[in-house]
Amino acid sequence: MIGALQLFGVLLWSTITAAAAPEKASTVITSIFAPETTPARSIFDLSMFVLAITGTIFAVVFALLVYSVVKFRGTAENAGREPAQVYGSTQIELSWTIIPVLIVVVLFLATARVIHAVQDAPQPSTALEVTVIGHQFWWEYRYPQLGIVTANELHIPVSDPAHPRPTFLKLLSADTDHSFWIPQLGGKTDLIPNRVNDMWMDPGRPGIFLGQCAQYCGTQHAKMLLRVSVDRPEDFDAWVRAQQEPAAQGEEAIAGRRVFETNACINCHAIKGTASYGRFGPDLTHLMSRTTIASGAAENTADNLRLWIQNPEAIKPGSLMPAMKLNDAELDALVRYMETLR
Amino acid sequence: MASLIIAESAIFTIFVVAYLFYLGKSLTGPTPGEVLETPIFYTVCLLSSSLTIHFAGKSLERGQRGLFLALWFLTILLGGLFIYGTGEEWRRLIYEHGLTISTNLFGTTYYSLVGLHGFHVTAGLVMLFVVLIFGLAGRVGQDQSARVGVLSLYWHFVDAVWVVVFTVVYVIGR
Amino acid sequence: MSSDVTQIYSGAAQSESRTWVETLHEWVITVDHKRLGVLYVLYALTFLTVAGVEALILRIQLMYPHNHFVSPQVFNQMFTMHGTTMIFFVAMPILFGFANYLVPLMIGARDMAFPRLNAFSFWLTALGGVLLYFSFLGGNGLYGAGSAPDAGWWAYAPLTSRAFSPGPSSDYWTIALLVSGFGSIGTAVNILATILCMRCPGMRLSRMPLLAWLNLTMSGLLLLAVTPLTAAQLMLLVDRYLGGHFFDTQAGGSATLWMHFFWIFGHPEVYVLIIPCFAFVSEIIQVFSRKPIFGYPVMVAATVCIGFVSMSVWAHHMFTIGMNSYANSFFTITTMAVGIPTGIKIFNWIGTMWGGRIQFKTPMLFSIGFLFQFLIAGLTGIMMAAAPFDWQLGLSYFVVAHFHYVIVGGILFALFAAFYYWYPKVTGRMLSESLGKLHFWLFLLGFHMTFDLMHIPGLLGMPRRIYTYEPGRGWDTLNLIISIGAFIQGIAIVVFVANLIISYWKGSAAGNDPWDAWTLEWSVSSPPPAYNFATVPTVASRRPLWDLKHPEDPDSRYE
Repeated sequence: MIGALQLFGVLLWSTITAAAAPEKASTVITSIFAPETTPARSIFDLSMFVLAITGTIFAVVFALLVYSVVKFRGTAENAGREPAQVYGSTQIELSWTIIPVLIVVVLFLATARVIHAVQDAPQPSTALEVTVIGHQFWWEYRYPQLGIVTANELHIPVSDPAHPRPTFLKLLSADTDHSFWIPQLGGKTDLIPNRVNDMWMDPGRPGIFLGQCAQYCGTQHAKMLLRVSVDRPEDFDAWVRAQQEPAAQGEEAIAGRRVFETNACINCHAIKGTASYGRFGPDLTHLMSRTTIASGAAENTADNLRLWIQNPEAIKPGSLMPAMKLNDAELDALVRYMETLR
Repeated sequence: MASLIIAESAIFTIFVVAYLFYLGKSLTGPTPGEVLETPIFYTVCLLSSSLTIHFAGKSLERGQRGLFLALWFLTILLGGLFIYGTGEEWRRLIYEHGLTISTNLFGTTYYSLVGLHGFHVTAGLVMLFVVLIFGLAGRVGQDQSARVGVLSLYWHFVDAVWVVVFTVVYVIGR
Repeated sequence: MSSDVTQIYSGAAQSESRTWVETLHEWVITVDHKRLGVLYVLYALTFLTVAGVEALILRIQLMYPHNHFVSPQVFNQMFTMHGTTMIFFVAMPILFGFANYLVPLMIGARDMAFPRLNAFSFWLTALGGVLLYFSFLGGNGLYGAGSAPDAGWWAYAPLTSRAFSPGPSSDYWTIALLVSGFGSIGTAVNILATILCMRCPGMRLSRMPLLAWLNLTMSGLLLLAVTPLTAAQLMLLVDRYLGGHFFDTQAGGSATLWMHFFWIFGHPEVYVLIIPCFAFVSEIIQVFSRKPIFGYPVMVAATVCIGFVSMSVWAHHMFTIGMNSYANSFFTITTMAVGIPTGIKIFNWIGTMWGGRIQFKTPMLFSIGFLFQFLIAGLTGIMMAAAPFDWQLGLSYFVVAHFHYVIVGGILFALFAAFYYWYPKVTGRMLSESLGKLHFWLFLLGFHMTFDLMHIPGLLGMPRRIYTYEPGRGWDTLNLIISIGAFIQGIAIVVFVANLIISYWKGSAAGNDPWDAWTLEWSVSSPPPAYNFATVPTVASRRPLWDLKHPEDPDSRYE
């Protein structure tokens, strides 16, 4: 009883705070009750309906249970007498069969409607297409219409209901199963090797939305974080233009670039406009345009970059990034080079 | 035995489902149509062994030990022929067509399904052989006919599974 | 029934001249269903402790974000082993133990149909558990401390393929479960044959105690449920050892095929676990409300119905994998449908209590807890049956909360009730009521603290199987309290085990029928003689002892 009240109270609190959250750039609300897209809202509306029905069922049955426990308890007065031995009642049993059947029919119809609305939504011609490829333990994003390849932080445009520009995602996997889950932007969909899955989202306001991989994929499943930046149209276009550029070729980073290209880095990483086109690890062409590294495991600072390259186990033990074992000079040069990749 | 048959049927069903699901999905390598030859003769052997074991059981119920032993032995022979036939087919597939369990999806599902069945046939043959030995030692009479009946139920099951496997692999699958 | 005849197996009348080696030997070679029942239960309680410690390790690591109590590798092994152990080496053995002990006694038989198969099944299960735990010692996985399985108890492909699990850890998981799976099938065959063929005269199927019906259904379901897992595991072994491609996505294989096969096992499996618990609660609520079960025929029909329908719901564990909308809708409707007979049973239990004279002894306390918690668990299940809602709730801590609500709040509470109810029959001693009540209230507190709150991080976006989490998402305090609740439950279990041990020597004598109950096991001594019944009883109704105690108004007049 206490638990149920607790549950309800915290649910209510989190819904209210989520709804009241101001449009800060980094709202850390990963609640399923703060939907920002059409699919998420359909799920939210359905969930409220389901909660209402299950809540009512709970209240009724719980009341009956409490009543029977209190009213029919053995006391000193009725001790020693056996109560009336009732074997059943066809009418009662029939009614409490039929009512649940009706409830299930109603629930099912409401649910089927939402399933079709979300899964079978047609893709409009204005949609932005993004291919998401899950890796152990990072996310690859490709924008086939725009010729962009990036990693770990997804940028998508706001979708104004008057001129919709939803984002349609294709979900693939390069190794094991993963799951793309950003609660505010929609339900989760798995990324399964040798299979193509789809999902879509049309966020109505700009902001940063967080989530993480939801299907156990190995040692560092916990730090395969998701960060989606929903941008206003102008900001999105600016981001796209910057991403389409090849890597900066500054003079000050020649030494670092040499380190990069003569070590094993190029086997896994790609930097557009150079000889590096490895695809096993994240694309680094515009590394500095990202707020975090290692798929959200650490802030994107020079110190963290240094640590990541030298000893990834310190940040994300079990990740597939090898420790590069460079000496200090090489490491400094390399980090300086990384910092030019805006 | 009935319960065991139910359980085993579920195992075979899963392997059959996997086989059917992967038909046509192999990325490389020999396909069923290219390499499979319908094993009519050996199938007839196995299915007739169901008949012989049935009559063996009936004769034991009537107390005709000699006839029982003869039919029982014939059952083992026919079952053994079937296993030989499977082995022959596998030898041909492996050495002439290069199809192994690791070649492609067809190889994996084919050898697993037919192999699982073959394993059950072999286990059955071992049990039949043990009964034969007891029979030759004079220890199997009318009183044991119920137990022998349970074992022949298993044997009938193995045959029934072959009917399904045969249909799936050699008829539908090609 | 007097127990002064040659009591070779009766625990209470052990002759002192027997050495401990001889006693041990007797127990190891036993084929007596009662002794095997006790062995199963003791085995399961041992693993309950082990898996419980694993759970506490998980909870300590999750008390704070970015905690460093254990490494991610160890954490992943812990949650895999916790789940695998609890399902296969705690829940299943303990339920088989109760079934083994009670079914022959309740149907008036002297033993199970195949006593040696019974023993074989037990030892197979036991071997499986030992093999699984040997993984901590055996082999040298690439990621350190031993090679315990770490791919989750579902062992999803292709994570378990050689490419992603190069060491032997997946093989320990596969083979241990394969071996104990054969044991389970053996037990199911035994229970089926016993119930169908060895009922005493007069006990038509419609006069069997509900416990017998429910174990019958469970066994049938088990035959069809465990075998798909066996098949899938054989396929996994083919992939890992013979170069097969069943689940090899690089060769065109399908990762979702494993999921389908696993959940075709996995979902009926959880019904295999809960159905015997329905049995315990059905027997106990009757006796402590002093009324027969309300609607016996419907209870039987609902159970059989649940057995069948439960085989059609499996892909509700796979709503997020991208099946098409028709498949998702199908599994939504079947999952909601299976909730109907289940809900009906709850109503029937309340109907049994209604108009009764309820006695709040410990078995009844746990049964009432069961009713309350199973109701909630069922309702959160209905929430997740709605596929779009599951797209948010699935793979999060909401699911973890839901299934622990069923398994701990439902199954474990029913098991505790069963312990307090039948311990007197097995040992001849009553468990302490005061320790029992302490156990109940402590456990109830800890359970609700942990599992009520656990729903919330799920709603706030916390996925499962993560060894650590980011601060500031509203998960921090909740996880701390959840972990504290886990420790409280641990303490309650200690109280319980202490009760079991102390009462064995100090408990008051129980006599044949301490609860004034109505089924056949209460007609023999506590503990029962080795042969159960000196003369096989003949029954004329569902409650033969009621008829004996109330000859003026027997049940047989009404049935």
